[in-house]
Amino acid sequence: MTGKYFGQRETRLEDPQLLTGKAQFIDDIEIPGMLHAAFMRSDYAHARIKNIDVSAALKRPGVVAVYTAKDFGDYWKPGPLQVPPPTAIKGSQFNARTLVPIAKDKVRFSGEPIAIVIAESRYIAEDAFDDIIFDVEPLPAVVDLEKAWNDTSVLVHEDLPSNMAALVKQEAGNYEEAKKNADVVITRKLYADRNAGAAMENRGFVVEWNDRKEEMTVWATSQAPLPLRGAIASRLGLVENQVRVEIPFIGGGFGPKVMTSQTDDVLLPWIAMKLNRPIKWIEDRRENFLGTTSERDQVHYCEIALKKDGIILGFKDVFYHNTGAYDSYGMTVPLNTQTHTVNNYRVPNFYTEIRMVFTNEMVVTPVRGAGRPEGVFVMERMMDIAAKELKMDPAELRRINLLTPSEFPVHTGIIGQDFVEGVLDTGDYKGNLERVLEIVDYTKFRKEIQPKARAAGKHLGIGVVTFTEGTSVGPYEGARVTIGNNGKVSCSTGYSTQGQGHFTVFAQIVAEQLNVKPKDIKVITGDTDHFHWGAGTFASRGAAIAGTAMHLAAVKVREKTLATGAKFLEVPVEEVELCEGYVCVKGNLKKQIALGELAFKANPMRGTIAPGVEPGLEATAYFAPPYGATGSGAVALILEVDPETIEAKIKRFVIVHDCGTVINPLILEGQIQGAVSMGIGNVWYEKISYDENGQLLTASFMDYLIPQATDMPHKIEIGHAVNTTPLNPLGIKGVGEAGAIPTPPAFIQALEDALPEFKLELLESNLNPGKVFEYMQKSK
Amino acid sequence: MSDLFPVTVTVNGQVYTREVEARQLLSDFLRHDLDLMGTHVGCEHGICGACTIIFDGEAVRSCLMFAVQANGHDIRTVESLGTPDKLHPLQQAFTEKHALQCGFCTPGFLMTLVPFLEKNPKPTEDEVREAIDGNICRCTGYEKIIEAAMDASKKMSSR
Repeated sequence: MTGKYFGQRETRLEDPQLLTGKAQFIDDIEIPGMLHAAFMRSDYAHARIKNIDVSAALKRPGVVAVYTAKDFGDYWKPGPLQVPPPTAIKGSQFNARTLVPIAKDKVRFSGEPIAIVIAESRYIAEDAFDDIIFDVEPLPAVVDLEKAWNDTSVLVHEDLPSNMAALVKQEAGNYEEAKKNADVVITRKLYADRNAGAAMENRGFVVEWNDRKEEMTVWATSQAPLPLRGAIASRLGLVENQVRVEIPFIGGGFGPKVMTSQTDDVLLPWIAMKLNRPIKWIEDRRENFLGTTSERDQVHYCEIALKKDGIILGFKDVFYHNTGAYDSYGMTVPLNTQTHTVNNYRVPNFYTEIRMVFTNEMVVTPVRGAGRPEGVFVMERMMDIAAKELKMDPAELRRINLLTPSEFPVHTGIIGQDFVEGVLDTGDYKGNLERVLEIVDYTKFRKEIQPKARAAGKHLGIGVVTFTEGTSVGPYEGARVTIGNNGKVSCSTGYSTQGQGHFTVFAQIVAEQLNVKPKDIKVITGDTDHFHWGAGTFASRGAAIAGTAMHLAAVKVREKTLATGAKFLEVPVEEVELCEGYVCVKGNLKKQIALGELAFKANPMRGTIAPGVEPGLEATAYFAPPYGATGSGAVALILEVDPETIEAKIKRFVIVHDCGTVINPLILEGQIQGAVSMGIGNVWYEKISYDENGQLLTASFMDYLIPQATDMPHKIEIGHAVNTTPLNPLGIKGVGEAGAIPTPPAFIQALEDALPEFKLELLESNLNPGKVFEYMQKSK
Repeated sequence: MSDLFPVTVTVNGQVYTREVEARQLLSDFLRHDLDLMGTHVGCEHGICGACTIIFDGEAVRSCLMFAVQANGHDIRTVESLGTPDKLHPLQQAFTEKHALQCGFCTPGFLMTLVPFLEKNPKPTEDEVREAIDGNICRCTGYEKIIEAAMDASKKMSSR
């Protein structure tokens, strides 16, 4: 589906502002009289608070106020459960222990805020930390997932009998029964390592209370402005229209910015009202590492049962999932792992069990991929191990087990993060694989390139994996489209944007319906005064859900415009069409009316409008899918590895991806390339590490390595497949997270393949040369 | 801590004189004292490169310098390049090639690449890759940034 604007490689409308430094980010907001907040954070991972003495800090010139938990009185309380657990899963257990805004009696992770200093400058606010005496009784830290599950001697939440946050068992078919017919059963313990979202812009929050109007304005780096507004209003006893949340340009989200009910958004509005001064808080990089959120710490006990011809009979996965010190985000991440483990393969019997554990570590919420990379890593690793065991080509083992288009829709029997049973709607999983093998020329690589390189002393290896990405989940999003008196178009949605190009793709969607140039369409996202319904940015749902709402609103406006235009031109509606900027009579270009003039006439200042007709050329629409659309793809990755230094260079990276209808190929490429770079980081560079005391060892970009330009392959070769989904009228599936999902297992398979003499079996999702060297030593 | 020191700097061709604390970072000075918000701060420890400015012709990190150290020197920030209506060729190439997504790191990339391209009008792709290796971008995977720089180098050298 390609139109005049829809489907075209339009350059982005937001770029000129961003490129010239004009775009306003959170730290660019300056208000006269503004104070600055700094959060003092605990160095202890687990400790009972005996006393916090702030008296000296209050005497420091420039310090306006200092707050600890007790200063908030009854206002202090644990935050809401941001995402409840799905009630549809029978027998599941979930212990909600939601994030507290500031530590009160006990500190539960290193980096948890313990005091807030408000001062005339951020420099002074941080100086005051030196004046604060933090008296604690240190406790042993809970950091090991399995130990935490079994051992009740140290509890993160002492009102619970154990460190269990959740226990969820789901089964499709009957694994134990199926296993009896297997020729081969393989069991392994696999580790999915922890990564940060690490957006280039840290979080921030600015709040102004207007005491005369009794209204509050909040600027936040939030992926979910509407839930944020609701939470702030209800906590402060205000009604919704007293609080405006405005999302400025955001310097990347990647998941952690969806988390609300933290220190900034709960306590700073209260302080701003008390002091009657605007307040700004800008997170620094160290705080971002310590105190935001991160993801992917899991330990999996997997079992795969196969016939000797490679046909999978069943899969079993019991896994421990680290939720950190609190679990406000419910079970989203491990549920995504459950729904993305066997997804694209024909696995008639699947048992999956989540053991979600509280630890003395930062809170876990989604990071680009959100549980999906863990599931895909586990399954793809087990497929590799099975292929070796069965002496089969790893690509062939996948080929014979992948679902085919004739099998859709497939009901998976596993309930996911959107609270409904997973349904695979469309796609050609096997076709993706064939295509990626063709582009990379797998046969030639195996028969010629690899042996030839070998003979020349070069270690080349290939990894081929497949994946699905559950995207475009509900509940809903909405949009409003209005033609203005100058013929230009205003659009707004409650969805918020962090760099995905929404200003452009939403404009393209509307432009296509109204035949107006995208540059004449102004899109406003994430401003609660412009649109006050919406859930937020997550699960690769912007284009498919908010984009569809935008499309539906534009279709309504188009219909209304044609009807109104026909009335003014005094012809039947069938005889008019939208020319660029006009309603015109087909075949008679002289008879036309400009959109702006029509908008003016549709909103008369005197006289009457017809009964039942709403004024203006405007419409609002909402879109809610029954369940999410599933994107899919395959990756082939060729590595050259130096067996001495274990330097691994990506020689080729090929990804075939199916996200249904494409709105803007240029932006789509960017989404894939960016997510792939995060996947490369996740497997070879980036790892959040805690020591046994719960101290974060990677709290700077010196220790937490993000891929640089020289770490990336020269080109990411992209092959698009288009299988449109019937779940929304435009046939769109999401894409934002796709590249991050398959990359680690593809890279690891290629590493093993490049070094066959070492008979490596790599069982962790994050590796580095040192780690691989250890495996090489062990396998000797 | 209230001792203030006079600083006179030329930024984007304009001379500014201000009084600052000795400890004030140059990045904070540009952003909050001179209101030049295009320079972004991503890590404050010299790794990410978002705060890169041109200091006496060289790309440097403004978060690793104090404002007082800039006294008497010449600075260029992203605001010295084009305007939304008339972009600099490098900015134009960035939008055409989709070399930015969230745009937070972008001013740092531009201010790294401008002096690089001025000194190396006909770079190879590998030289560009090396030149931006000290700037982190979390959104793009760099491929399109390199494409844009190559494209701009051709247009800039043929001007």
